[in-house]
Amino acid sequence: MGYSSKSPWLIHYDGSSCNGCDIEVLDSMMPLYDIERFGIINTGNPKHADIFLVTGSVNHQNINVVKEIYDQMLEPKVVVACGICACTGGVFRDCYNVIGGVDKAIPVDVYAPGCAVRPETIIDAVLKAVDILDEKAKKMKAEKGRG
Amino acid sequence: MARKTILPFGPQHPVLPEPVHLDLVVEDEHVIEAIPQIGFVHRGLEKLVETRDYNQFVYIAERVCGICSFGHGYGYASATEKLLGLEIPRRAQYLRAILEELSRIHSHLLWLGLLADAFGFESLFNHCWRLRETILDIFQRTCGARIILSIVIVGGMAHDIDDSELKAICEKLDTLKRDYREIVDTMMNDSSVKSRLCGVGYISFEDAMELSMVGPFAKASGIEHDMRTTGFDAYGDLDHFEPIISNECDCYGRCKVRCAEVYQSIDIIKELVAKIPHDGIGKKPGPKVLPPDGGQSHVLIEQPRGEAFYYVRGNGTKNIERFRMRTPTSQNLAGMVRALQGVEVADVPMIILTIDPCISCTER
Ligand code: SF4
Repeated sequence: MGYSSKSPWLIHYDGSSCNGCDIEVLDSMMPLYDIERFGIINTGNPKHADIFLVTGSVNHQNINVVKEIYDQMLEPKVVVACGICACTGGVFRDCYNVIGGVDKAIPVDVYAPGCAVRPETIIDAVLKAVDILDEKAKKMKAEKGRG
Repeated sequence: MARKTILPFGPQHPVLPEPVHLDLVVEDEHVIEAIPQIGFVHRGLEKLVETRDYNQFVYIAERVCGICSFGHGYGYASATEKLLGLEIPRRAQYLRAILEELSRIHSHLLWLGLLADAFGFESLFNHCWRLRETILDIFQRTCGARIILSIVIVGGMAHDIDDSELKAICEKLDTLKRDYREIVDTMMNDSSVKSRLCGVGYISFEDAMELSMVGPFAKASGIEHDMRTTGFDAYGDLDHFEPIISNECDCYGRCKVRCAEVYQSIDIIKELVAKIPHDGIGKKPGPKVLPPDGGQSHVLIEQPRGEAFYYVRGNGTKNIERFRMRTPTSQNLAGMVRALQGVEVADVPMIILTIDPCISCTER
């Protein structure tokens, strides 16, 4: 992780995960793993968030919720798929109600595999997301300068 | 005059770790009715049983829910063993009970943290999750994973936990108990916590009976209902077991029951470790062992959230024809809706959390 000009905030939404990845996402914010030491804060409001962590696959009921949260977030924004369910559908890939990974609904920037995804992986993925966020911000600025 | 408004709650909400949607019909800050809408986590995994062989399905059963993951694998494996007529060694049964109790401690600590978060007690939230890491460390050491353990197989356990390791677990639990007592004593006697929880979300004994509630939710309304009293598997060897109940019927009572259950689980683990026999851990049944056509079986086990029911039916092939489970939260949702009637909007997150809903179990 390079130097980032801001403290990114993250929002977490549980797609159709089994909870395993959710509790690991929460766990990565707890004292032992403490993602907050990188200046990252968990928020419940999509409008405040820069990084969107999704766990679990998308299904017919929640696909609109995932899209809605993504749309409410302001640019620049980064999406991290946490857990193999969010990446590809995982063990539930063949279930009748599962559409597939999160990338079936919204563009995903970082894939963090694992079942359940380990907090170390989440931290790595989020730090990667911070870099991507910076890049996106720079690009936006450059475009604004041209326009 | 007061006007009725509908306040949407969830599926994405800061206090909700899991998606559930409630339409709260409110009149001046008072909830008149709560209309739940579910299905956000529905995957349809019971149907996968038709396409997986019965040994493989344990790993899917475990992924019904990440919090009580071990229990689901356990329930499915026991039901299938009953269907196949397999006897499993006592040691495997003891190990299963020990891991089930460890899962209970981890689930209750997790819940206590989330509850603290819901009423704004951030430091308690962090402390509970810090303590929970002790249990996850034990899982990591003995099973090689933190959340999804994959140690249960049909026919026994995938690998043994040796005696020195079991002793080490007991020592770790001693430390945990000391730290836990400090936290719980502070919390349960704190006046601000009490004023937030006492008298909130009242469910009387009669209501709890009528809505057939299970688990700590029912126990806090005075119902003595705990599957462990039936003495299934290793629980039958306990010297003495009595479910913890409370007659407070409110959020505080539910909190008290769960807090006390952690101590009880620690004692159960210690007793089981002292008594554990050495007769092997069982093995996977051979390829010739198939579920009988038309045979069916069921088991009931006590999960952290209450009684869970598992049913399997065979059809003579290596696939199981039907797998069905009923999880504690699906029993308790009706009680939750009842408890939400007439409360203030500010109390809604608290009530939802003291029921300890596990949505991914309910919807599968
Ligand atoms: S990746 Fe595994 S632990 Fe995570 S939500 Fe999917 S099944 Fe659960």
